Amino acid sequence: MTLSLAVFAAFVLSTLAITYWAAKRSRGTSAYFAAGRRITAWQNGFAVAGDFMSAASFLGVVGLIALQGFDGFLYSVGGFIAYVTILLLIAEPLRNTGKYTIGDVLAYRLRPRPVRALTALTTLTTTLFYMIAQMVGAGALVGLLLAGAGVSYNMAVIGVGILMMTYVIFGGMLATTWVQIVKAMMLTACAVVLTLLVLGHFQFHVLDFFATASQVTYHRGGQLLVSDFLQAGLRYKPPHGPLDLISLGLIFVFGTAGLPHILVKFYTVPDARTARNSVVWAMVLIGSFYVMTSVLGLGAAVIVGPDYIVTHGGTNMSGILLARALGGEIFLALVSAVAFATILAVVAGLTISASTSFAHDFWINVVHHGKEIHSGETVLVARIAALFVGAVSILIAISLGPASNAGILATFGMAVAASANFPVLVLSIFWRRFNTAGAVAGLSVGLFSAIVLIVAGPNFMGIDPPNVAGSVHHLIQTQPWFPLENVGILSVPLGLLAAVVGTLLSKEPNAAAKFNELMVRANIGLGSEKASAH
Amino acid sequence: MGDPTKTAHTTAEWDRIADSPEFQNLLAVKKVFIVPAFVFFLAYYFALSVLVGYAPHLMSIRVIGTVTVAYLFALSQFVVGWLIAWLYLKAAARFDAIADDILDKTRPGGSG
Repeated sequence: MTLSLAVFAAFVLSTLAITYWAAKRSRGTSAYFAAGRRITAWQNGFAVAGDFMSAASFLGVVGLIALQGFDGFLYSVGGFIAYVTILLLIAEPLRNTGKYTIGDVLAYRLRPRPVRALTALTTLTTTLFYMIAQMVGAGALVGLLLAGAGVSYNMAVIGVGILMMTYVIFGGMLATTWVQIVKAMMLTACAVVLTLLVLGHFQFHVLDFFATASQVTYHRGGQLLVSDFLQAGLRYKPPHGPLDLISLGLIFVFGTAGLPHILVKFYTVPDARTARNSVVWAMVLIGSFYVMTSVLGLGAAVIVGPDYIVTHGGTNMSGILLARALGGEIFLALVSAVAFATILAVVAGLTISASTSFAHDFWINVVHHGKEIHSGETVLVARIAALFVGAVSILIAISLGPASNAGILATFGMAVAASANFPVLVLSIFWRRFNTAGAVAGLSVGLFSAIVLIVAGPNFMGIDPPNVAGSVHHLIQTQPWFPLENVGILSVPLGLLAAVVGTLLSKEPNAAAKFNELMVRANIGLGSEKASAH
Repeated sequence: MGDPTKTAHTTAEWDRIADSPEFQNLLAVKKVFIVPAFVFFLAYYFALSVLVGYAPHLMSIRVIGTVTVAYLFALSQFVVGWLIAWLYLKAAARFDAIADDILDKTRPGGSG
């Protein structure tokens, strides 16, 4: 395990060097929050990919496929395809009309204080769910890999928290972006090598590989079972499975396009055209990576085997165990280090988007009515907020413990983004009649319904038999009131409906009058924020 | 309203650009690509979820060796996503040309 530590230490040192370099270059508000808007298309494409491909996708999805077959691959498809929504509807108008946050786009023609206060709330909620998922993942990984080296779950969580706060507080968006670029390169390289090793294991006879994947053997309840992992519907079974699957799809295609930490990346490029090209770069990277997850997942199922995975760390360790089976201890060390790098890059992106929204939307524009009292106040408040976001995430991740399910926590964040952020963002850009009442109703109902349905669903409610182990223990011992794990199928329409009804019930001539300005700016970029001169 | 995203342009200027035939043409050209592309993408993507959920037997038919319809359909989502991105880049080059014309006219000394 010392090699694993060495590789990870090399990554940490290089990211700290990046942070030092970025801290010396970053002067001023737009430098801190948007890297001076001087990131190029390919760089931002890598950074978006590095921001998005989280521990949930690398460890979680590979694990789902390894234990449950083809259906797990649907997470990969959803994660990739969501970028079509961002490309066609969101990236360019957002870059042209906003400055640092989602709240900017809404406040452009709506009353700024209520919409900014609520977007700051939905941003913090989304980010916190996501962040805790990543920290729990990091802690669990360390607990399993480095237990022998004396590193505990709590130490790992605190370490990840301190590093991410360092990047964000000292290096701002520029450091965060470069940490994400380096991570995206490492993760992609790692996936390519692992994929080649899996296929090489079958002498590159791809059909032989799939033939083996159609006969995966494992034990359940003392019986030997043979299962076809290429078969559809193994995970999403009736009565509720099919609806859950559609609901998951809704959360992906709309939620990703409402994720604050992804959308802020489009403010770091010079103009909308670069933003567009960077989405396509990200689609190439994310798509290639997610296609490979199917080979890695099925590879783990046939080479490592579900029985071994279940008894050696569970779902999240599938990819790591596969690396060891194919490349020995050295490759295991490399892949583990990449997994940590992955988590660090994602939590840094989450921290900066949450603290930006708090400082820019809430502190300056809600509390101080849009004016900095002292020069540099926004950046200072953001740095303090990053400290708080980090501390709160560390505390929650420690109190939840390593047994909680990281992948599911991340989909909660996505559900809030899909139900609250996405509908109002789209209506604000495309619907002249849209107004403040609609935005307030949409954001509140979207946020509230997503959270209530999650708590009333099978993730929190369920009756456990008396002998069930702690990790699957339900918080509320009753039959679930809402039958689906994924709430999007109800919460997204509720958020949208509230936004439309709220709009129709009130009149706001100012919001409609400013629509021409927003529309012109969104479509041709006239008056949009410029890159800093250097 | 104390929003820092304010620019130097007046409401009359924004309205004049918004109502100009060139800008209306830009919106129309964009709509012709974006609306069908988005609707097609949603239909194609949700077809996969619906079929896996409600017709698992159909989706488990083997096509090449043991490879199923479901797996090929899922892989095709990536191809479709990349294809839409490529077509959009080509279409967007036309949008950019129209937008540049409009921007030229708004500059001092431009014909507008």
